[in-house]
This record gives sequence, C-alpha cells and structure tokens, in this order.
Amino acid sequence: MTVESYEITRAKPSKSSAKEPSGAKPLRRINPTRIMLYSVLLVAAVYYLLPLYVMMMTSLKGLPEIRLGNIFAPPMEVTFAPWAKAWDTACTGLYCEGLKVGFWNSVRITIPSVIMSITIASVNGYALSNWKFKGSEVFFTILIFGSFIPYQVMLYPLVIVTRELGIFGSLQGVIFIHTIFGMPILTLLFRNYFAALPEELFKAARVDGAGFWGIFLKVLVPMSAPIFVVAVILQVTGIWNDFLFGVIFAGVKNFPMTVQLNNIVNTTQGVKEYNVNMAATLLTGAVPLAVYFFSGRFFVRGVAAGAVKG
Amino acid sequence: MLKVKGFLTAATMLAGASSAYAADLEVTHWWTSGGEAAAVKVFADAVTGAGHNWVDSAIAGGSNARPIIISRISGGDPMGATQLNTGRDAEDLIKAGLMTDLTEIAEKEGWADFIRPAKLLESCTYEGRVYCVPVNIHSFQWMWLNRGVYENNNLAVPANWEEFIETAPKLKEAGITPLAVGGEAWQLTGMANVFQVALGSVDLYRQIKEQKSAEAAGSPEMRKVFEAVAAARGLVDSGYVGRAWNDATNMVITGKAGAQIMGDWAQGEFSLAGQTAGNEYDCLPGLGANPVLDTGGDSFFFPKPNGDQPEIVAAQLEMASLLVSKQVQVDFNLRKGSLPIRGDINLDDANACMKKGISILANPENILPGSEQAFSSDTQGQIEDLWVEFFSSPEMSVDEAQTRFVEIIEYAD
Amino acid sequence: MSIAKRPNPLFRNLNAKIAALPMIATTLVVFLGCSIWTVIYSFSKSRALPVNEFVGFAQYERLFRTSRWLISLENIVIYGVLSLLISFVIGFILAALIDQKIRFEDTFRTIYLYPFALSFIVTGIVWQWILNPSLGIQETVRSWGFENFTFDLIANRGTVLYALLIAGIWQGTGFVMVLMLAGIRGVDREIWNAARIDGIPVWKTYLFVIVPMMRGVMVTTLVIVAAGIVKLYDLVVAMTQGGPGIASEVPAKYVYDFMFARANVGQALAASTVMLTTVLIILIPWVYLEYGKKKAQR
Repeated sequence: MTVESYEITRAKPSKSSAKEPSGAKPLRRINPTRIMLYSVLLVAAVYYLLPLYVMMMTSLKGLPEIRLGNIFAPPMEVTFAPWAKAWDTACTGLYCEGLKVGFWNSVRITIPSVIMSITIASVNGYALSNWKFKGSEVFFTILIFGSFIPYQVMLYPLVIVTRELGIFGSLQGVIFIHTIFGMPILTLLFRNYFAALPEELFKAARVDGAGFWGIFLKVLVPMSAPIFVVAVILQVTGIWNDFLFGVIFAGVKNFPMTVQLNNIVNTTQGVKEYNVNMAATLLTGAVPLAVYFFSGRFFVRGVAAGAVKG
Repeated sequence: MLKVKGFLTAATMLAGASSAYAADLEVTHWWTSGGEAAAVKVFADAVTGAGHNWVDSAIAGGSNARPIIISRISGGDPMGATQLNTGRDAEDLIKAGLMTDLTEIAEKEGWADFIRPAKLLESCTYEGRVYCVPVNIHSFQWMWLNRGVYENNNLAVPANWEEFIETAPKLKEAGITPLAVGGEAWQLTGMANVFQVALGSVDLYRQIKEQKSAEAAGSPEMRKVFEAVAAARGLVDSGYVGRAWNDATNMVITGKAGAQIMGDWAQGEFSLAGQTAGNEYDCLPGLGANPVLDTGGDSFFFPKPNGDQPEIVAAQLEMASLLVSKQVQVDFNLRKGSLPIRGDINLDDANACMKKGISILANPENILPGSEQAFSSDTQGQIEDLWVEFFSSPEMSVDEAQTRFVEIIEYAD
Repeated sequence: MSIAKRPNPLFRNLNAKIAALPMIATTLVVFLGCSIWTVIYSFSKSRALPVNEFVGFAQYERLFRTSRWLISLENIVIYGVLSLLISFVIGFILAALIDQKIRFEDTFRTIYLYPFALSFIVTGIVWQWILNPSLGIQETVRSWGFENFTFDLIANRGTVLYALLIAGIWQGTGFVMVLMLAGIRGVDREIWNAARIDGIPVWKTYLFVIVPMMRGVMVTTLVIVAAGIVKLYDLVVAMTQGGPGIASEVPAKYVYDFMFARANVGQALAASTVMLTTVLIILIPWVYLEYGKKKAQR
C-alpha cells in the first residue's frame, strides 16, 4: 500500500498540468528542428485525412463522374443529392425512408446504454479500488479476460440469457448487452482513476462517518468529471457504431442507424451508389465525430487523469 | 404521414374482413436492392391483401442476415417468416422442431404436382414433412459477354469457352480484362462448378454432387476443371480482391472486361443499365457447351411461434400458399429475374435470356442440383476455401488441389 | 483497509459487495459461463445448434488439419506483433511531437483521433478503394505519367496483411496517441527540469526517463489494443473478405463463419477455445506479476 500511496500523491499534480505540454521548452521560432517537426505532423495528417477526403469528395459527385473517375479528384459538379437520398429516401427492404428512422432509434439506444453502462462501471471501479474484498481482484481479472473474448462466441448464450430475463428483442435487452460489453474497459478506467485519487480524501470522509454510497456520491463523483467524459466518449462511439448487438437484441422496432447503413452499403444487387454510401457513412458517423470534435480536449485530459496508473 | 398510415390501416382492415384472423407477420430477408425490393413487395402486397400485417425486416447481405435469423429462431424470438437459401441452411432448426409444419397445406393444394423440378420441394422436405416454400429458381450456369468489346476489336463473339479462350490474348493486347471476377469465395466456387459441367460433364457433376464420389473427384475429367481454373488466373485483373459480384458485372457492362461467369441474377444489372440481351450483351447457359441449369434459389421458412398461437400459424400457412400461387409467382419472378417454381404459368413478358432458361428447364435431364442443396454448409464452405485458395495461389499445383478436393468429397455430408 | 468490525467475513464490506453484484454476475454468468460453455461444446459434434453428443478431440484434429485455420493463426500473430509495435511507436512519436508546444495542437490531435469515431463497415470500403490497384493510388500515380509505379499491397497474398495494417493503424493509433500523450503529461515536470539540468538530450529523456515511468499507461493501452487485435474481424470483412484466396483470414472470422454461415458450431467453438486458451496463456503471467507482487508487499 505504501508504494501505491506514494505514487498517488505524485500523480496528483499531473492532472492539473495535463492541459499543458510538458515537453522541452520550445526553441526559437523557425529552425530546422521545428520545420522537421511540423512536416512530420503534416505528413501524418495527410495519411489520417485521406480517407475522409475521399469520402467527402465521392459523396458530392454524381454517379457517372464516379464511374469515370479518379477517386482523389474533387467533383467537377457538386451535388448534394446523395446526401438527401441517404438521409431521406434510400431504401432498405420495403421501406424507403433513408437513415432518418434509424437515427432516432440509435439515440434511444445510445443514451440509456451509455448512462447504464457508465453508472455500473463507475461503481465497480469504486468498489475495486477503495473497498477491495476477498476475490475482488479475481473478478476484475476475469473481467479483463472477458474483453478478449470474440463477441460472436457469446451470441448464443446471451440470446438465451436475455430470453430467460424476458428482455430479448427490446430496448432493455440491447441496453443490458451494451452494459455487459462496456464493463471491462470502463471498469479498468474507473478503477485506475479512483485508485489515483489521494487516499486521504477517502479516509477523511470515513472519519466523518460517510458510508459506501456517501463517499462515492459526495466525494468521488464530483471530482471525477474528466474520467466520466472519457467514458461517455468511448461509449457513445462504441454503441453508436454497433451493428451486431443492435440488430440481434434490440428488436425490429428499434433497429439502430447502422442497420440501415449496412443495408444501404451492402446491397447485394443493383448498381452500387458509392456517393450515397459515402454520404450515409458520414451521416452515420456524424454524432461520434461531433462528440470528438467538441470534446477532444477533455478526452485527452480525462485519459491523462485516468490511465496514468495501471 | 399519419393520415396515410391511418388510411393504410383502414384499407388493411377492410381487406381483412375476408380473413378469419389478422396477424402481424414479421418477415426477415436480405433482399434490399431496387429489383429485389420490388420483388419482395409483390409478396408483401399479397400478404397484406389477405388481411395480415407484413412487418418488413430487411438486413442486407446473406452473411449478415443468416446469423441474426438463426440466433433469433434458436433463441426463442421467432419471426413470422424468413427467407433462407433453398438447401440445408435450416436442417438443424427443423430437426429441433422449431419450424412450422406446412405438410397439411402442401398436400391440400397439391404442391407436389406443380412445383418443378421436383427436387425443389424435396429439399424442403424432411422425413416426409414439408417445412419450407421454394419461391424461385436461380442458376449459376451462365456466362455473360459484352458484344461490343468483341465487335470493336474485330473478333467474333465467342459461342463457347474454347472460343473465349482463343480470343482472350487479343483482348489483353487491347487493354481489356478478358474475364471479370470478384474475389469472394462463393463467386470463384460458382465458376468452378460451371466448369465442372461445361468442361467436365453432367455426369461428373452429378457423381460429385449426388453420390459424393471421391473417385469422380479424383478423375482426369475433374483435373480438367482444376486446369481451367488455373488457366483463368491469367485472364483476370489484379483488382479482384474483395470485389463484389455486381462490380465485376459492371466491368462487363462498361466494356472494361469481356465476360463474366455468374448466375442469372447478373441479368438484373444489364437491364438496369438499359441493355438488352442480343444487342449489347449475350448470355451463354452452361458456357455454350452443356446448356443446363442448377437449381439453387430462395425459400421461405415459417418458424414456430412461441407458445400456442393458432392465429399466427394460420397466417403462416396462408402466406405459404400465397407465395406459390400463380399470379404471385409471375409477378415476383419477373421482377427478381429468376425462374418461377411452377411450370403451369405464362411468362410472355420474360426477356430472351430468361426464355432460354425456361426452355432448358423443360427437359428434366437438364436440371442439376445446386451445390447448396447437395452439400451441408460445412462441406460447401470447405470447398469454397479450397477454390479460393487455389485460384489465388499460382504455386499451388493442380495435383495438390485435387488431392485436397478428393479428401473433402470423401468426408462430405 | 476496511474498518468494518463485523466478525463474519462474508459481511465485511457488505455494501461494496452489493454494489459489485452486477459485475460479479457478469463475470460469473457471461464471461466465465460463456467460456466454460464454449470449452464444453467444443468437444461436441454440434452443427447448426449445440447438441450433447461428444466426440473427444475430433474438432481440434480437424481444426489443425485445416490450412485456413493455420493461416489465420499465422496472420494474427504477424498482424498482432506488427500492429502492436507500430501503433505503440507511432502513437508515442506523435504524442511526443504534439507535446512540443506546437501550434494548432487541438487540430492535429483531432485529425489523428477522428478515425476512432468511425465504424469499419464503410471506412474499410474507402481503404479498399484507395489501395485497389485499378482505382486508387497506383492508378492515380500512373495517370500522372509514372507508368511503372506499382502499389498493389492488397492484391498480393504476400503483402495483403500490410494493406490491412495500413487501415488498422489508421484507425487505432489516434487512441494510442491520446493515451501516450496523457501518460507523458502525467509525468512530473520536475523530472524534465532535472533532465535539462543534467544536459540529457530531449529524445533520450523521453526514451529512458519518461517511457519507464509510463508503465500504467502502457499496460492500459496494451490491454485495449491487444483485445482489439484478438477480435480483429470487421476490418478484414470490409476490406478483403479474407482474400486474395485465404491469405488474410483471421481467427475471429473463422469462428464467425463456422458458427453461422457454415453451421458448424462445434468447429467454431473449438477455434474459439484455442483463442481463449492463447489469451489465458499470455494473461496469466501478467496477472501473476501484477497481483502476486502486490500481495507479497502487504
């Protein structure tokens, strides 16, 4: 314990400094090292942006132009028709209502799943870091092991489990599944985060007579915003992009947006409308992308706070 | 929107007056493209017309849909009806007693009398009971050629495989890929099956598919098939990895490639592109050598509802009977580009290639079992793995591949 | 560390145990239960549905006779090692570069991180396009007049894994970078001052001082990245379908194909048992080190 608490106190100031680069003081404005530095960053940026660029350009072209053309060339004639089609009229099976139907289903799946999985995982992390009981490390280890099991293997048993619980094919069912599969990584993050908080806080609250829940709700949660932000970002991305669980456990009425995306993209017959496909992808990715663009900085800060200790 | 829905409900209720019970039938299928959706709408309209409520649940891609369908049925959340390929996909589900028995209605309506070829109904039958409805016949035994490609290069449009091989080098010189292929395992396996009939023989095909004869699998005739596939390696472009079949078809349509070996569903692509058989493109059943058809296709299964729900079962039986009825069969197959399962209907509107197919179908000798009917999905999968590995590995010798093929057929089930 | 005074050990930390019930249930029923179920039925002859007819090691014998499985194993080892190495190295380098008080830090970081927000259903298709010799980079460069330019990683069996790597790295390194950046910034600033006073070059400080202090981040990253590698599936399906031939097959795809498309549950479960065992073999020494050591200290 002594080693740990030493590390904890040392880790603490790191959170406040996480915003700021800790690297060597920058050298003078323009010198060969700086030029090198920026060129490496730029080359890397090109690699990362290339697919996004191709998707954007393709989604703005008409089909004849795509058939002719160079996938890197910007559109000769910009059209937004593919976007409109992907959102509004693209057909999946008999229904031609585009992605918009699935959008609201995805929202209805994502919000409760994110809340549920984070609530449970944060309590787990708290119990595992501050209230270790006999066997708690064993459970944690199995949990981490669980993150390595391919989902596909667990489909059958989980269908049976959810059926027995009476929640198969419903919103509750898919929320339940997301909570289970979010548990390993989220618990790991929360456990690390709480373990990195100063022990004194916890002890002081105990002396004041606060119990298990009191300490969690009144002391720990209020100072854990960064790690909650990380968890929310991770879960929104993961759950929003999920196809397999949504389609099996959510039931027809709740099919998420990715089911429509898959239907639009993987249509097995007919002419492939690459422009509509790309527009559909970008539309489906819009929510997690927006989350990243707007909260990227909190993400880094939160990870900095949570992942430092292993 | 609400108004429309209200109207539809009212219409449904009116129409439903004729039927004893109106039931919700959720139907899972993977027909999501334009033509397919138009075809499935024929079914939906028929079911709605009978007073039931068709709840459409489409999931694109058979490989995406199958796991979902199977896990839902075995997990105890059965849909009202589901598409599956004719064949042995559902064998174990039937064994486990999870499918509604259709024998009663099949006997009453005499399905055995009008469904042709008889094989189709047989593959829906398990221990004398009928469990599924075949809705169409698809055959892989076709080759599609772009006439323009040949004419512009002063070549005669090939009428069989040998002529195609002769012209291939000239196409290559002109910068055209002779043979368009996609890299997916089923596409290459289908091509090999076509060679089995066209370059081997009908007998060879039957002995391997029906008797599972290891001897035939190791015969010199079969060796020719391996050699042909090996030769085909030199006729394709390097971009085939992961290419979908319709992208390959598109290469033929646009003249980037001379020909493609692909099932009759490729026809839908040509007609969508506004091309007609005999003008822009040609079709060669059985590569021009042995005009035969294999009878793959789609069927519908009706999973048993949970508990005692006679109104659902009644609706399932009613839907089954609608799917094989004359008018539905005509409308459906014209849209799908497949052949109907009954011979007693009129298909004047069919195009030239479809008519070729229908005339081949007239002679029972020409009808071969599709490979998904002959083999379990497991064996079928092993064969696919072998063909796709062989096709893409130039260093894998014909002997080695054939030895493995013999092994697979020996243990085939 | 608990101050509870109850004699019965079962009731010590009762609240904590109650709070951990969902986790305990999940680990026991889902993760442990499913693993045991998997192992048991891997010895059965189950086809489309699990059945209780056991056939000993027959499924395993077949598994290791199948060239597709052997290639899958080989592929995941090569892909896994390279992917781990490259994403750690690139992730760390990018993090260290971004850490240099650069301008537009937010922009760069967002650019590197955004692929993590997209699903592979379609980004796989985009990469397939870009790498496809007759559509993508090769074709474009040739159209500029470099007729002999060749870039056909995805079309060759020997190199298709590198095509997968290019896309996999693209998707995953952003997250590694963020974790590393967090780790770097978690290190006390005093260390930097000390290093500067001692005149240690910046790169040496990173490599020999900072990296060893980031053990926690490294472990977290390793778990997340490794779990992703073992489960590698979407990317392969979207980009190559396992081709050319069976050159880019991976174990998770083998499991999935046999489970459903091939309707051979026994074979699928034998394959996943091999996967699970391998993970265990790698994980056990780590767990032993991690917890065994701590207990000894107490």
